[in-house]
Amino acid sequence: MDTTLRITSARDGSSFVAQIEKISDQKLLACYQCGKCSAGCPMAAHMDVLPNQMIRMAQLGMREQLLATRSIWMCVSCLTCNSRCPKGIRIAEVFEALRRTALRAGQRDDHLNITELPPEARRVLPPIATISAMRKLTS
Amino acid sequence: MKLAYYPGCTLKNQATNFDVSTVSSMAKLDVEVEELDRWNCCGTVHALDSDNVMNRVAPITNMIRVKEAQAKTEGMAGEFMTSCAMCYNTLKRANIDVKQRADALETINDFLSLENIKYEGDVEVLHLLEYLRDRVGFDNLAKKVTRPLKGLRVACYYGCLLVRPKEVAFDDTENPMVMENLISALGATPVEFSHKTECCGAYQTVDKPEVIADRTGKIVGSASEEQADLVVVSCPLCAFNLDFRQDDAKRLNPDFQNMPVLYFTQLMALAFGCDESALRFDLQHIDPLPTLKARGLA
Repeated sequence: MDTTLRITSARDGSSFVAQIEKISDQKLLACYQCGKCSAGCPMAAHMDVLPNQMIRMAQLGMREQLLATRSIWMCVSCLTCNSRCPKGIRIAEVFEALRRTALRAGQRDDHLNITELPPEARRVLPPIATISAMRKLTS
Repeated sequence: MKLAYYPGCTLKNQATNFDVSTVSSMAKLDVEVEELDRWNCCGTVHALDSDNVMNRVAPITNMIRVKEAQAKTEGMAGEFMTSCAMCYNTLKRANIDVKQRADALETINDFLSLENIKYEGDVEVLHLLEYLRDRVGFDNLAKKVTRPLKGLRVACYYGCLLVRPKEVAFDDTENPMVMENLISALGATPVEFSHKTECCGAYQTVDKPEVIADRTGKIVGSASEEQADLVVVSCPLCAFNLDFRQDDAKRLNPDFQNMPVLYFTQLMALAFGCDESALRFDLQHIDPLPTLKARGLA
């Protein structure tokens, strides 16, 4: 039986990698997995996948797994990771690109419905909180 | 000289204490502050996607309002001041962005074609702390203090928006000192604490208050460990999380010690001898009066 082994740069998920790199304007392959982003992340305790792991998965084009994480909705763009990355990668921009990908896709995967909040919560919350949450978590 | 002032939405709602203390303090410093006509939302959180132009429209519209104010006001420069850290950050980043992306600015100007003025990247965004340090000077500011805040131990909390990203920061990213220097000029004692630039959890407060309870517990807790009397902030979102979410922090950890959270402008107004109408301590969730009374300041 003849087997043909073809070596090519094209692989599953490569268009997703290109999309994330374009929206975030970052070079994912620059990451060498030092883990500094995850070490300083104030939201890491509430994430299911750590920021450095997210970058690795993004390099590998793991679209479905990434878009299903709780992590992309926990990141609040505090930019601690960006300011400490020794490779100058803006990790928060990559998270934003992932959020946007989820929100721009056909099903518009909103992660907040303001009208479902109890009236008491809506009364005390300042506009700076509700507007910023809607900006980040809804399409 | 008149200084254009951008208050932002929350200073006209829950955080009127931040607004009145800003305006009153500036009057004491002989800086004539004029609120912009028809200012609109700053954009509330800078969008990080590189292809985003739409979210820059709101901040850039405000730049046009500044140019309008400048055109009709003698002695007004092409700059404006805001005391809200979120507004500062969002407006400044949008401004930097359009200065670097001529195509995005052109798209925005096309979108705003009904405006009488085109924006050309010629307005500067200033934060009040930056203005006080660089234009007024803390030595001059200290001369206006009539009620020195002697003995008051203050934890200066910066959060994210004043120090990140680097292009927006007007002080060191990891160890800023501008607020401590202001607090010292007011006669109080700034205390060092571990969490001064740690994020409060921001808008997660809307539907995940349990996350904020954890953050507030750690941030205010680290100020408690250094025997701070109170925390000062420059962001109404940090203020809400650190002040109003202390009840949740206490539920999470019964050992948590409540601590008042004030805007830096309230301490300034207090030190300048402004009356209660300029302080509005009644809007604080954790009442600061017992702490201030204990220090002979109320």
